Amino acid sequence: MSDTKIARRGSLQLINVPKVLHRGALYVAEARIRVMLKWKWSIAGEAILNPMFYLLSIGIGIGKVVNSHQASGIDGVSYLAFLAPALLASACIIGAVNEVMHPTLEGFKWNKNFYAMYATPISGKQIADGVLLSGLVRALFGTLMYYGALLIFGGVSGWHSLWLIPATIFAAASFAALMLGLCAAIENSDLLLNIVGRLLIMPLFLFSGTFYSLQSMPKFLQFIGWLSPLWHATEVGRWISYGHHISTQGLIAHFLYMGIMYLVGVHYARHFYLKRLSK
Amino acid sequence: MMSTLWRMSAMEKSESSPASPASPAGTIGEPLIIAKGLRKEYGEFTAVDGIDFHVNRGESFGFLGPNGAGKSTTMRIIAATLTRTSGEITILGKDPEKRGPEIRAHLGVVPQQDNLDSSLTVEDNLYVYGRYFGLTKKFIRAKIEELLTFAQLEEKRGVKVEALSGGMKRRLTIARALVSEPEILMLDEPTTGLDPQARHILWDRLFRLKEQGVTLLITTHYMDEAEQLCDRLIVMDKGRIMAEDSPAGLIKTYSTKEVLEVRFGADRNDLYAEKLRSMCDRIEVLPDRVLMYSDDCETLLHNVVSQGMQPTTSLVRRSSLEDVFLRLTGRTLVE
Repeated sequence: MSDTKIARRGSLQLINVPKVLHRGALYVAEARIRVMLKWKWSIAGEAILNPMFYLLSIGIGIGKVVNSHQASGIDGVSYLAFLAPALLASACIIGAVNEVMHPTLEGFKWNKNFYAMYATPISGKQIADGVLLSGLVRALFGTLMYYGALLIFGGVSGWHSLWLIPATIFAAASFAALMLGLCAAIENSDLLLNIVGRLLIMPLFLFSGTFYSLQSMPKFLQFIGWLSPLWHATEVGRWISYGHHISTQGLIAHFLYMGIMYLVGVHYARHFYLKRLSK
Repeated sequence: MMSTLWRMSAMEKSESSPASPASPAGTIGEPLIIAKGLRKEYGEFTAVDGIDFHVNRGESFGFLGPNGAGKSTTMRIIAATLTRTSGEITILGKDPEKRGPEIRAHLGVVPQQDNLDSSLTVEDNLYVYGRYFGLTKKFIRAKIEELLTFAQLEEKRGVKVEALSGGMKRRLTIARALVSEPEILMLDEPTTGLDPQARHILWDRLFRLKEQGVTLLITTHYMDEAEQLCDRLIVMDKGRIMAEDSPAGLIKTYSTKEVLEVRFGADRNDLYAEKLRSMCDRIEVLPDRVLMYSDDCETLLHNVVSQGMQPTTSLVRRSSLEDVFLRLTGRTLVE
C-alpha cells in the first residue's frame, strides 16, 4: 500500500444519517442495478428473443392449429389474443422471481455481500426491500419489451391495453415478495433451487390457465391455478386486454389475493433477511 | 469499584447526550464504546462471558486471543450486527440494538473474511459501498482515486474482484472500509493474507489514521501486530477477559524482561524441567522447547551450560504477548 495523503473530514460531518435511514432500499437497488448492467446485453437479448420465440412458436404456430379447429376462437378472441396476457404475466413474474432469488443466494451464501451491506447504515429490511425493488425494475424492463412484441404481433391492441403493464408488475411484485421471503428462509440453496424450479415455477406455469382456460381442466387441478398469482394476473390481464368476463367481486378477489400475497411476502422477507444477517 | 462507577456514569451520560453536531469530532479520550457485563450465548455455548471494557476516542484498542476466544463475536456486537444475550453496551452513546444503523453510519468494518461483490469491478465495489452511506457521487469519485492509490490498486480499477489475488482483495476490503471516513475503524484479523511489506505499510496507514483521530479496534492473534498497533488491549480466552493493559504493561505485569528458549530434544525437555525450574523465576515446558523466564537471560543461559546441560539450540529474546498469554491461560495462542 502506498502512503498517499488522504484528506479527512470524518463520517460525523460527511454522512447525513437521516437521509440514509430513509433511502437505504434505493441504494441497495442502485447497487443491484449496477450489477445487472454488467449483463445488459444478455438481459436485453433475453427480453427481446424470449417473446419472439414464444409468440412465433406458440402464439402463431399452435394458434393457427387452434384457430382452424375453433372458428369462434378461445374465449371469443384469437388464440394469440387469448395467450398474450398470460405470456406477458408469466415472463414478468418469472423474471422478477429470478431477479430476487439469485441475488439472495449470492448475498447470503455465494459471496456474502449482504453482510457487507449490513455493516453500513443499511438495515436488513432495506436490503430485502432494495432487492425486491431492483427485481421489479428488471421485470418492468422485460414487461415493456414483451408488451412491445405483443403489439407488433397483434396480441394486444388499443390504449387500454397499457393497463396490462401495471397489473402485471403488481402480480410480479406479489409473487417475487413471497419468493424473496422463501429464499431468505431456506438456507440450503440446493433445496431451494429444487423447490422453486420443480415444485413452484413449472406447475404454476402449466396449471394457471396460460395455454387454455382453467375451467377446461379437472376440478382437482384447478386449485393450483387458484393459488397461483400467475392465474390471477392472467385473468386480470385478459379482462384488461379484451374484456374477458370477470364479476366485480371476482376482480376484487384477484387484486386482494395478490395484495395479501405481497404484504405477507414482504413481511416474511424482511423478517428472514434480518434473522439471517444478525445470526 | 471506582472504575465500575466511572464507567456506569459515562455510559448514562453518553446514552442521554449523543455526539453533538456542534462538536462533530468529539473529545480525544472520551469513551466511545462502553461495555458492562456483555454476554452472548448460542444455546448452551457461551461465546462472550460477561465482559467489561471501554474504548476511548482516538485510541487503538485490541482484542487478543486464540480462535474461539470471543473476539469476533464481541466485534460483531460492537458493529451492531449481532444482538447480545445480556449486559449493556453503548457505541457513540447509542445502544446498538435500538440504533444500529445510526451507529453503523460511523463505523468502517474490515471483516475476517472478505465479502466483496465479486461480480463488480474494484472501482465499482468502492463506489457502491460509498453509496450505502449516502455519500454523493462526486465525493465518492474523488475518494476512489485516493483509496486506489492507498491500496495500490490503480492498475486494477477496472478488473473484476474475482480476478484479484487474496492480498489484493484484502487491501480492497480495507480501502472499502475507509470510503466513509469512519470514526471507528474495526479490523478483524486485518493482515491475514498480506505479505510482510504490505503488512508494514498497512500498520503505517493505521498509525496515520489514528493520528487523524480515528479510533481503531483490532482483533488479532499476531503478537507483533498487537504490540505494534495497540495502545491498550484485552487478552481474551473462552469468552472472558484474562487481562487488560497496554502491551508493555501486560508484559511487565505477567512476564519477565527476557525469555530463554532452550531445546534438548522432544523426549528430553521434561527430564531437565525440574532442574531448570530451580534456576529462574518460572518455566514453561512446551512440546518442542522449554521457556525460562528471567530479567537476565544471558546469565541464565551461562548458568544452564555451566550446570552440565547442553541444549541443542538456545535463544534469548525479550518477552512478548505470547508469554503473557501463556502465563494467563497455560496455552499458546496457536494451539
